[in-house]
Amino acid sequence: MFVIGELINGMYKGVAAALERRDASFIVGLARQQAAAGADALDINCGPFSKDPAQDVRWLIEAIQKEVSLPLCLDSTKQAVIEAGLAVCKNKAIINSTTADEEKLKVYFELAKKKGADVIALTVDKRGVPQDKERRLELAARIIETAAAQDLEAGRLFLDPVLMPINVAQAQLFVILEVIKDLKLLAPEARTVVGLSNISQGTRDRRWINRAFLLMAQVAGLDAAILDPLDAELMKTMAAGELVLNRNIYCDAYLEAYLKTKK
Amino acid sequence: MADGLKYLEKWSLDVHVVRLGAKKSEGGSRAAVLEVGGEKTLPFLHEEGALPHRPLIAAEVYDVPDPDWPAALTQELAAGIQDPVAWAKGSLKEADLVCLKLQGIHPEEAKTDSKAAVALTQKVLKAVDVPLIVLGCGDAQADNEVLPAVSEATKGERLLFGDVVQENYKTLAAACIADGHNIVAESPIDVNIAKQLNILLTDLGMPRDRIVINPTIGALGYGMEYAYSIMERARTAALSGDRMLAMPFICFVGQEAWKTKEAKAGTQDVPEWGDAAERGIMWEVVTALAMLQAGADILTMTHPKAMRIVRQAIDEFMKK
Repeated sequence: MFVIGELINGMYKGVAAALERRDASFIVGLARQQAAAGADALDINCGPFSKDPAQDVRWLIEAIQKEVSLPLCLDSTKQAVIEAGLAVCKNKAIINSTTADEEKLKVYFELAKKKGADVIALTVDKRGVPQDKERRLELAARIIETAAAQDLEAGRLFLDPVLMPINVAQAQLFVILEVIKDLKLLAPEARTVVGLSNISQGTRDRRWINRAFLLMAQVAGLDAAILDPLDAELMKTMAAGELVLNRNIYCDAYLEAYLKTKK
Repeated sequence: MADGLKYLEKWSLDVHVVRLGAKKSEGGSRAAVLEVGGEKTLPFLHEEGALPHRPLIAAEVYDVPDPDWPAALTQELAAGIQDPVAWAKGSLKEADLVCLKLQGIHPEEAKTDSKAAVALTQKVLKAVDVPLIVLGCGDAQADNEVLPAVSEATKGERLLFGDVVQENYKTLAAACIADGHNIVAESPIDVNIAKQLNILLTDLGMPRDRIVINPTIGALGYGMEYAYSIMERARTAALSGDRMLAMPFICFVGQEAWKTKEAKAGTQDVPEWGDAAERGIMWEVVTALAMLQAGADILTMTHPKAMRIVRQAIDEFMKK
C-alpha cells in the first residue's frame, strides 16, 4: 500500500497555527513523524481558511523539502495553487487532484507532463459525485483515455473513486469497493487511491470505520490511500492485511518489517 | 527465447550489490574486488532488466580433509587436500574466489584451534589476491570463539564470513560490523526466517548491502526443488520492493553434491550408474545449474571439472 500521510492540512488547528506564525519546525516535525510511521508520500493542504493559499503552499513545500525527501502530494481544488506548488517543488510531486471534466484533465495532464508529476484524478465531474458503479467507471474510462491521448502513462495516474461519509451515503461504500476491483481490470497499470478519512467525516469513533474500510479496500486491490499514518492500529492492521493477501512475506517481526522493507 | 519475451515485468527494486574484498587503498590487500547482486530481473532475463554482475564460483577449500570424500574427489584434488594453502592457490585456475571452510575447529574433530584457524586464514590471504569466504564449522560455540578472532585478524579485507543463524547471530555479526566484513545469513529453507534474520542483523547495525542469504540448499534429488522455490519466492518479493529479502544468494553446491550417494558410490558398487567420477561431477554441475536459474549469486563448488563446465554455462547465460 502506498501511504500518503494526510496530517499536513490547514484544517488541523496545529497546522493552521504553524502556518500563521511560519513555524517550520512544527511542520517538518509532522512530516518526519509521518515518514517514520510509514508514509510513502505527504499530502500538503493549506486548508480552507488560508488567505493566500498559493503563498502558504509554497512556504509549506519549501519548509518540508529541505528536510524530507518523500514525494509531496499537492492538494488543492485551485489550479493556481497547484501551479504555485509545482513551481517550487523539488521532491517528486503528485497533483491532488483533477476532476474527470475533459478540459480540466487536459490542463492537469499537461502540467503533470511538464513537471514530471503523477496525478490523482477523481471520478467526479460537473454533474457531481456519481451514485452508481457504472457512472464511476465511465468517468474513469474517460480519465484513462484522455491520459492516453496526451501520452501520459497510465502508471502515473491515481484513480480516486471518491469516498463519501458513511453517515451520508452508506449504501455507496460497497459499490466503491466493487469499483476499486473493476478499476484494476480497466487499467491494471493505473493505481487506485482513496481519501480514507472522508468515510468517517462527522461520525463518532471514526478510526474504527477507517480501519474496517481500509482492510476491505485492500482485499479489493486498493493501491494507495491518503490517511493518518500516526494511527498505529490502522497501520498495523494494514501490515497484517498485506500478509493475509500474500502481498508481503511473513516474518516474526512483520510489523517492523512493514516499515523496514520500504526504507 | 527465439521469439523474445512476450510480456516484460516492471520490477520496482534491485537486489543489493555486495562488494567482496578490499584493495590496499580501501584498507585491505586484495588485487581483485568482486561484486555480486544488483539484478533488476529474474535470472538471465536480459531482455527484461539488467544483470550487472555475473554469478561467481568460489572454490571450497577445507582446513582438514573429510574422510568421507569419494575417490573421484580425492584423486582429483590429490595432494591439495593436505595443504589448504596450495589447494586455494590452485583452485583459482577455475574459481573466482576461495571459500575456506574451518571444519577442523569442530569440537568433535578438534583438529585445529583458534590460533591455527587465524594463521591458516592469513596464509591463504597471502597466497591469493582474491577475496575469501570464511566459514565456520556449524558448532555455535566453536564458531563464536574462532570466527571473531579470524575477523579481527583480517580487519579491513572485506571478506564474507558465515554462517549466522536466527539462534546465533550476534557474536559473529558484531565482529563483522566492527571489522568491515560481510556476512552470510543462513535460514533452513524458510523464506520467513530468512527475512526475520535480515531484520535482526540490520537492527544490530549490519548494513543491508553487507548481507548474503544462504537459503540452504539440497543437491539434485535431495530437496533441490524446495530450495529453488524458496529462492524464487524471496527474489520475486525482493524485486517487487522487499528490501529485507533483496540480498544476493550464496549456495553451497559442492558440499551438498558430494555427500549424495549418487556422487559417492563407486563404479563397482553400482555399475549400471556408470563411471563414478563423471557421475559425481555431473551431480555437482546439475545442482549448480539449477541454483543459477533460481537466482544464485555465489556458488561454492568442489570439483575443478565441475567448476569449468559451470563457468562455461555462466558465460552462455550471461550472453545478451
